[in-house]
Amino acid sequence: MSAVLKAPLVVEFPFTRSLGPVQSAFLTGLRERVILGVRTGDGRTLVPPVEYDPVTAEELHDLVEVAPTGTVTTWAWNAAPRRGQPLTTPFAWVLVRLDGADTALLHALDAPGPAAVHTGMPVRVRWAGERTGAITDITCFEPCDGPRAEPAGHTGEFENPVTGIVAAARLDYTYSPGRAQTAYINALSGRRTVGERCPSCHQVYVPPRGACPTCGVATSEQVEVGPRGTVTTFCIVNIKAAHTANLGIEVPYVYAHIALDGAGLALHGRIGGIPYDEVRMGLRVEPVWTDGARYPDHYRPTGEPDADYDTYKELL
Amino acid sequence: MTSAPRDREIAVVAFAQTDHRRTSDEFSEVEMLMPVLHEVLHATGLKTADIDFTCSGSSDYLAGRAFSFTLALDGVGAWPPISESHVEMDGAWALYEAWTKLLTGDADTALVYAYGKSSPGSVRDVLTRQLDPYYVAPLWPDSVALAALQAQALIDAGDTDEPALAAIASRNRAAATGNPHAQLRGPVPQGDHLVQPLRTGDCPPIGDGAAAVILAAGDRARELCARPAWIRGIDHRIEAHGLGVRDLTDSPSTRLAAERAGAFERPVDTAELHAPFTAQEVVLRKALRLGEDVDVNPSGGALAANPVMAAGLIRIGEAAARIHRGASDRALAHATSGPCLQQNLVAVLEGEPR
Repeated sequence: MSAVLKAPLVVEFPFTRSLGPVQSAFLTGLRERVILGVRTGDGRTLVPPVEYDPVTAEELHDLVEVAPTGTVTTWAWNAAPRRGQPLTTPFAWVLVRLDGADTALLHALDAPGPAAVHTGMPVRVRWAGERTGAITDITCFEPCDGPRAEPAGHTGEFENPVTGIVAAARLDYTYSPGRAQTAYINALSGRRTVGERCPSCHQVYVPPRGACPTCGVATSEQVEVGPRGTVTTFCIVNIKAAHTANLGIEVPYVYAHIALDGAGLALHGRIGGIPYDEVRMGLRVEPVWTDGARYPDHYRPTGEPDADYDTYKELL
Repeated sequence: MTSAPRDREIAVVAFAQTDHRRTSDEFSEVEMLMPVLHEVLHATGLKTADIDFTCSGSSDYLAGRAFSFTLALDGVGAWPPISESHVEMDGAWALYEAWTKLLTGDADTALVYAYGKSSPGSVRDVLTRQLDPYYVAPLWPDSVALAALQAQALIDAGDTDEPALAAIASRNRAAATGNPHAQLRGPVPQGDHLVQPLRTGDCPPIGDGAAAVILAAGDRARELCARPAWIRGIDHRIEAHGLGVRDLTDSPSTRLAAERAGAFERPVDTAELHAPFTAQEVVLRKALRLGEDVDVNPSGGALAANPVMAAGLIRIGEAAARIHRGASDRALAHATSGPCLQQNLVAVLEGEPR
């Protein structure tokens, strides 16, 4: 068996999230160097604040300012910071109960080493120079030897409140398509199309995924299909896609399901070399490759007579 | 609704799992999963067409493949259409859904499976995406860091210390020498601090794997299995998502789930606990009131093999398999999901008296 293919895969998205009134006040507060908690019905102050009481599910809206100083309730020394974490130098993860709060906030603590950190130690907020209304407006906490700060009694009303955040997320993978799809992709590099036949129902799957979805059994027998095939159904595309891969394609064009000879199901492909309004079900086509391409650019008519409907009706 | 009504008894009748490995890049997810599906079907003599309901647990974020759970259905034989569902959680919660489906009488048999391929990405980073997206996820606290905060809280409370945690790691991996599927077996160096106070040995191996069980109701279960593992009760509970709201040294959700599942009505002889980090076993033993006479994680637990999204279902499967082979009469199985034991499921399984 040849080695499976592998390639880097990056999944990245700027998640845009709207904020509720309590979250909005808290994050706007951070922008203004004010830390707000929310008061529960039984008089506790939750920091960071939430919109519903975690015990009673009662809706919460009674905002109260707490101090930028507090106490470490638990910690963990992070000797090797990872991408996206608050500090690039070794730091302690901490849960900090701010003065005036009854719950703790997760963040980073800048300290010279684990020996300088302990549960119960006093800390204070280090604000970011540029603040946008996000949890990262707190750069980190730092040890605090001086007097505790006093909250100013802010009401939680701000000019230009923050109403949303953009939380960028990126995850890096090494993608491997597995055995069956590796064989399919490797065959394409030789301009051949290879499917796999189910040992039970004998259907040939293209592209193969290693299993027959009807029988639920593994497929392994490779079968070369095509290169010619039959248009089973199609549509006419009249909208020019903004996607860069399609920029060179003039509209209208035809996108079709194509049953390659010997295949048990149809692939997708673009039809070229024929006016769009002359494409029809049963049209016989063959792939057109361009130099350096990893898959056919499009399919064009072979000039053969059209296929009988009965020969492809099961593949529609 | 927590304990199964007497007139509808439901049992685990078959269990299979892959050998759990650091990487499995020669296989797609369905290629990894299919052998265990075939194994449980073979064990019961059932065909895919005989299964009334299918439910799975997995997460696309692990392998970075969109809609991977729909592709995995190829391995089940999903055409012609079957009755099927999926949870974006550990397969233990898929089993809970299947159990409720059987309770209603809509189905007599169910196939439950779960799989996770952690090798294509960085599971420590991937798991940050399940955290509160407003206040926590932007800081990217990885799964080891959050478990380390819980471990330090336990040390501060006097509930454990680093040598005791090392002993938990050692005991689990020694037990795993009897488990041919485990990824880490026998003596494993405790290693350096990964995130202090947790060392490499306190953390689960990162790996790929899959598991499947078959559930059946009443006499159907007796036909399919010589000694069915009857689910006497199953319940799951969740705690506040804010880590700073919770007491990390305790697991009230586990305790409540166990109580509702009937775990405290009579002693259990076996407990399969889903504790990926050593310190979490300390929390769970306390919450579940497990004494020294209970055989905890005879499989080696998640410290020996932790295919994310399948490791909880494997706890139920391992507990059931001990009942099937007569090594246990009453076993507790626990599954967790989320950071620092946020969500917990407890099942109580029993074999018929011998």
